[in-house]
Amino acid sequence: MNIPKELRYTKDHEWIRLEGDIATVGITEFAQSELGDIVFVEIETEGESLDAEEIFGTIEAVKTVSDLFLPVAGTIMEVNAALADNPAAVNDDPYGEGWMIKMKVNDPADVAALLDAEAYSGVIH
Amino acid sequence: METSTELKQTPLREKHIALGAKMVPFAGYEMPVQYTGVTDEHHSVRSAVGVFDVSHMGEFRVQGPQALELLQWVTSNDVSKLTDGKVQYSCLPNEQGGIVDDLLVYRIAENDYLLVVNASNMDKDWNWIQSQNRFDVTLRNDSDNYALLAVQGPKAIEALQSLTKADLSAISYYTFVIDTFAGVENVIISATGYTGAGGFELYVPTDKAEMVWDAVFKAGEAAGIKPAGLAARDTLRLEMGFCLYGNDINDTTSPIEAGLGWITKFSKEFVNSVNLKAQKENGVSRKLVGFELVDRGIPRHDYPIVDPQGNEIGIVTSGTMSPSTGKAIGMGYVNTAYSAEGADIAISIRSKAIAAKVVKLPFYKA
Repeated sequence: MNIPKELRYTKDHEWIRLEGDIATVGITEFAQSELGDIVFVEIETEGESLDAEEIFGTIEAVKTVSDLFLPVAGTIMEVNAALADNPAAVNDDPYGEGWMIKMKVNDPADVAALLDAEAYSGVIH
Repeated sequence: METSTELKQTPLREKHIALGAKMVPFAGYEMPVQYTGVTDEHHSVRSAVGVFDVSHMGEFRVQGPQALELLQWVTSNDVSKLTDGKVQYSCLPNEQGGIVDDLLVYRIAENDYLLVVNASNMDKDWNWIQSQNRFDVTLRNDSDNYALLAVQGPKAIEALQSLTKADLSAISYYTFVIDTFAGVENVIISATGYTGAGGFELYVPTDKAEMVWDAVFKAGEAAGIKPAGLAARDTLRLEMGFCLYGNDINDTTSPIEAGLGWITKFSKEFVNSVNLKAQKENGVSRKLVGFELVDRGIPRHDYPIVDPQGNEIGIVTSGTMSPSTGKAIGMGYVNTAYSAEGADIAISIRSKAIAAKVVKLPFYKA
């Protein structure tokens, strides 16, 4: 199971990559494999400021629907528009082309407080 | 009486694990929900051939001089139309206007029938049919004696023909033969299925299941045969508009509401036939329809169906993204006023009304 060392994680199986105060967020390899073939990603919170653990969207696999939870408090700056036509990118490349949002985080220290790769590995094993 | 909550296993469980299947509880059994992925498996069945282990299904043998009378009474379709080697889709109406189960009825010989029922309803069906058996008929629950492989897809004949001397191309839809298959005697080779892709269902003695499974995959290799799980079975059946018991039909939905009038024959008397006949003649207030979403979203079981003004007019019973058409499709009950083809409806998804249109079934035509 691919769990990149440089990312931070939540127990809800989101990953977050921080660059300055802008973070990219997606779901983990484990999450996509549990969900199965992803057919629809709905994120309509662009421009909104949300708290940590608030729902920022939903992801639909053939058989199930899951909410997406914001890893840390901040403002959603951009939604990955490519997922509208190619939601399967989340399955194929969850840490790359399958990214979901870019957000401005309120406090970069919040990201550092999330699970590191080793701790997340413990969550899924 | 089974009191254990432990999951039952099919005789093919080890095969699924070895193939890397994701196993889930379904109808009291540990079943493979997917192997490589639902979309891939779905397309394999539509374009080539896939194999489903559906050994969880129940099989009841019905034998005796009044077997026909019992089946005419408990099922809605006209069993007298069956001849040896023919299969009929039917349902077991209850006395309250609903459906105990849907099933297949096989005529093995005169006074000798096989019923194939849903695993989730096996005990309920058994008790119900027994309770109605005031006839000279013996019922036997053969469910543990059969494994059931559904080999489905346009290349099913190509995949399987080398395993039997029976001419598979001569077995027409909803008929069967009993013959030696993969060296196993008395396999029921039935041209039926739940996918609309063509193919066969093979009723195999339980102790020969693994052997037949292996033989099928070996023989079908050149045809590109692949295992397929319950998730693909569900998307395939929904594209055809086939009802799933527990979703689209249940103890409270009538066969007339469910669009199963074609298997409800008033040429005979059966359980609740008087009331169902009145429904057919007077009309019903709600109907099961197929719909496609016009806006983006995916309908799911139990989502409300609303009219363009937002008033609730029904409920979704099944929904998915159709792998074959790329459209979001579903079935559900709506007030009869909204049941005509082309009717504008909406599905309430996370409190938003997503526009949809009633369409004719099936959603997909091969």
